[in-house]
Amino acid sequence: MMRFILPLVAFLVLVGFLYVGLNLRPHEVPSPLIGKAAPAFSLPQLAEPAKQFSPADMKGKVWLFNVWASWCESCKDEHPLLLALAQQNLVPIYGLDYKDKPEDAQAWLREAGNPYTLVAQDADGRVGIDYGVYGVPETYVIDKQGVIRYKQIGPVTTDNLQQTILPLVQKLEAQP
Amino acid sequence: MKKLLAIALLGLLPLYAHAEESRDMAQDLAEHPMSPAVEKRLVNLSQKLRCLVCQNESLASSHAELAEDLRRQVREMMEKGMTDQQIIDYLVARYGDFVLYDPPVKETTMLLWYGPFALLLIGAGVLYYQLRKRRRIVPEIQLTPEAQQRAAALLNDEEDHQA
Repeated sequence: MMRFILPLVAFLVLVGFLYVGLNLRPHEVPSPLIGKAAPAFSLPQLAEPAKQFSPADMKGKVWLFNVWASWCESCKDEHPLLLALAQQNLVPIYGLDYKDKPEDAQAWLREAGNPYTLVAQDADGRVGIDYGVYGVPETYVIDKQGVIRYKQIGPVTTDNLQQTILPLVQKLEAQP
Repeated sequence: MKKLLAIALLGLLPLYAHAEESRDMAQDLAEHPMSPAVEKRLVNLSQKLRCLVCQNESLASSHAELAEDLRRQVREMMEKGMTDQQIIDYLVARYGDFVLYDPPVKETTMLLWYGPFALLLIGAGVLYYQLRKRRRIVPEIQLTPEAQQRAAALLNDEEDHQA
């Protein structure tokens, strides 16, 4: 009897591991920046390059920081969702145009609509490195103290917007 | 023949794909002349760091744009005189232990570090147990000289039949 049960158990354990493995997303590396202050920077604004944007300007506000680019295909997947979110006026969306040409970025926003309160231009990707960006789009939730509270790797979906991001924004809004 | 040709062409594909992708480390080095000391450190260190985009490639071998940017960053930090450890700390603060091919021993990496040894021990235990059980099932029998002769004769007979 044992000689059948043991291999069966071993097989089931293996299947269990494989099943769990199916649902893991090795591409989503947990960010060590969560709970830390959002790295400081000062970058030209996309719309008015003469003006700068710095996260320090956002003290006292809860905001979303969305890293995107006009060359990024999956950014186009989340774009309608960001547009809808911007219309609801629940939380301001600031953009980081990552390693992009300003004219391409502006053409894309004109064509598809602009969900961003403001977009900063990270032409050489240095600020991206500071934020641990490795696959656009990425979206950060930053609280009133300027601390990163959540990072979404890959496109925002309706599910994680409704279940994670918006409840978190609401909670953070209630905090001083 | 056609099949062979197709396979040979498939084999060439990676070369073609590489030609299409962005720069690798050799091109980096050609474009940015740096002191031999920095170059050696850069090559050495980027082999120990993982490219976040193509996760099974090191920063040295990756063609991904992010790898290119990170190599630039590492080079600049080296030229500023930062030590390897400071550079590693800089990257870990942004990307986590995942950038290291040689992750530190911590609570979260215990299984990674000691799991294989645990499996080895379990395997050795099972082997030991099985061998002992086998010994019990197949006891050693001392053969009398006659029995041994008969056995030898039978075995030879068998061989003759097979031949």
